[in-house]
Amino acid sequence: MKVTIDGIEIDVPKGTTILQAARMIGAQVAPPAMCYYSKLKTSGGYCRTCIVKVTKGSAQNPNPMPKPVASCRTEVMDGMEVQNFTSPEVLEARKGVVEFLLINHPLDCPVCDQAGECKLQDLGYENGSAKTRYEFKRREFEMIDIGDKIKLHMNRCILCYRCVKTAEQFTDERVHGVIHRGDMGEISTYIEKVIDNDFSGNVIDVCPVGALTDNTFRFKQRVWFTKPVDAHRNCPTCSGRVRVWLKGEEVVRVTARKDEWDEIMDTPDGKSGFICNSCRYDHKQKSDWVIEGPTQVNRHSVISQNHYNHLNELKVQVMKQQKALGFMPLDKKP
Amino acid sequence: MKKLLIHNDKVPNIHTLDVYRAQGGYASVEKALKTMTPDQVTEEVKKSGLRGRGGAGFPTGMKWSFLAKPEGVPRYLVCNADESEPGTFKDRYLMEKIPHALIEGMITSSYALGAKTSYIYIRGEYFYVARILEQAIAEAYAAGWLGKNILGTDFSHDCHVQVGGGAYICGEETALLESLEGKRGNPRIKPPFPAVAGLWGCPTVVNNVETIAAVCPIVNMGGEEYAKIGIGKSTGTKLISASGHINKPGVYEIELGVPVEEFIFSDEYCGGIRNGKKLKAVVAGGSSVPILPTELILKTAKGEPRLMTYESLADGGFQTGTMLGSGGFIVMDEDTSIVKNLFTFTRFYHHESCGQCSPCREGTGWMEKILHKFLDGTANESDVDLLWDIQSKIEGKTICPLGEAAAWPVAAAIRHFKDEFLEIARKKKFTDVSHYNRLNKISA
Repeated sequence: MKVTIDGIEIDVPKGTTILQAARMIGAQVAPPAMCYYSKLKTSGGYCRTCIVKVTKGSAQNPNPMPKPVASCRTEVMDGMEVQNFTSPEVLEARKGVVEFLLINHPLDCPVCDQAGECKLQDLGYENGSAKTRYEFKRREFEMIDIGDKIKLHMNRCILCYRCVKTAEQFTDERVHGVIHRGDMGEISTYIEKVIDNDFSGNVIDVCPVGALTDNTFRFKQRVWFTKPVDAHRNCPTCSGRVRVWLKGEEVVRVTARKDEWDEIMDTPDGKSGFICNSCRYDHKQKSDWVIEGPTQVNRHSVISQNHYNHLNELKVQVMKQQKALGFMPLDKKP
Repeated sequence: MKKLLIHNDKVPNIHTLDVYRAQGGYASVEKALKTMTPDQVTEEVKKSGLRGRGGAGFPTGMKWSFLAKPEGVPRYLVCNADESEPGTFKDRYLMEKIPHALIEGMITSSYALGAKTSYIYIRGEYFYVARILEQAIAEAYAAGWLGKNILGTDFSHDCHVQVGGGAYICGEETALLESLEGKRGNPRIKPPFPAVAGLWGCPTVVNNVETIAAVCPIVNMGGEEYAKIGIGKSTGTKLISASGHINKPGVYEIELGVPVEEFIFSDEYCGGIRNGKKLKAVVAGGSSVPILPTELILKTAKGEPRLMTYESLADGGFQTGTMLGSGGFIVMDEDTSIVKNLFTFTRFYHHESCGQCSPCREGTGWMEKILHKFLDGTANESDVDLLWDIQSKIEGKTICPLGEAAAWPVAAAIRHFKDEFLEIARKKKFTDVSHYNRLNKISA
């Protein structure tokens, strides 16, 4: 099936979604996705950041689709034409979605462990506006305790349902879900039950924001001060292929390996790359792991900055940006 | 005026099977099962031009013909009795007064669709109506209208009543199916449509109460005869729940094509505006359709009189028109504050949003908070533009139509009554002169 996205044509098999086709072309046309996760069945369709405009339905029925569609859940038709970054309408709508996601987000990035690898930060940077139009009190939830391994910050959650689907599809028993409805909906376990099974830690890796973070890594380090290396061990439960985050010689945390779309990679022999809790929490010695070499991190990621050699240059850049946005200069206090 | 659905609602004990049967009830089941094939029934419904009475107005015959019929897979008919749209109460009236009309329609429709099991999904607040229906179903089973080999034919049918938890979103057909399956009532992402994969993954037709009840007169009188009632593509009769500042609120059955002016002012229907006040605005089809001011509801933009039909009410698009919707006809007199009314509607949608997709989850709450500022008298003129911008970013970006239902009233109120918003913003004071001062102390 031939599909054209932003003027680039690609041949894809039947059943491919628009988002998958766009990812096959490359990052220059791939819409952002906050809730879709290719490894999780029935995920996607909720956050609406991946909406695109279908200007031509198919070769048989060339009519455009009346509304923007969620590219992660819409399958391509032969001869379909899609506009993503080339449509001002889509960009405007996406800006609206980002604004909606941010109005009740606490924006506590300075104290959030996810900062630096947060999808909402990337999304806001790429599609958001610099100032908020929301002038009301942001939504707050009471903190609940879901065990010593995982920390839940409901205030930061964007209700992508990824963790619910992970627990359903990769663990023996799902004990958490979404309770209440509307903007009071929250991720919770039934009467503060502890989430505890061999694969529960994967909800941390699939969470696009800082709602579910590693309790053992909490407030330890900023991610950009740590050094990720690919490593493996012989694990009886999972593939044992992980990413170890080092600070000096110390292992500060262990996560699954993620690909360029920030999704957990499958192993080369096609097995699931989701890792077990034993790998994630119990093997925090460098000697536990066979180090394969440093992780290839995207050059634009803050994690690859790692070292601030050009601090003065950076400061000038930040000041320029802030001046353009109309903020107070960095070194002048009000 | 011809009445087909509630013509015998005043007959004593019409809710019992004996009285209903004496009034000519269950004739359509007899006629269909004994003299017609299922396809013939579907054909009659197609000929009748019956359109879905739940709000969208999709042709029922066409919807039925889309039903996939794979071998060895059960098919289901589900009746959507989750009537929760503010201003709409026609289904409740029908089910409460003449429960057998719905059950008769369920049997006839199921015969046409080849469904061996059907469900009536009724909203939680209508628990007493559910009891009435259950009683009626028990009577129907006892008399052999339901169960195995109805009327000696090889058609067997079971009908169940399921009470929901009382959520507006469960009136959306896929959310209804989720809820019926025992899950959280979140709308599904379409496609697949219920006609292909609905209840428990099987082909399913979901129809409104009134639509199913209307199948009985169609089978009895024939589709062509039914199509003669009404105007153009709006055929048959429609139940309208009239409420608001009128002399005679209630449920009226009208032939489609009655002029709106006649409906509001004639003694046969609403009987005019109460206390001799003037008409200010009308919400013609339940809270989610655009509100229209007097000059546009009585006459279209072209100056033709507006009729109670799907086409005439929609004339002029959303710029100058509205929708027939579910028939929740809310009339407002000159003392009504549109801003406060809009706040009430928006508060409802905020409360009822399921929270699945972000524009609706976050946007409805934001709009409510801004409208609350207007009631507090702290709003600025720029807030009107902000509201407009928010609604435009919700509309059409959500999984199910609840986002649109929340955005349309806001858009229409600003489109037609912008001055009212601006006046509050300029004076920094909200004054309400309506009779509903008791509602003045609305808390967020």
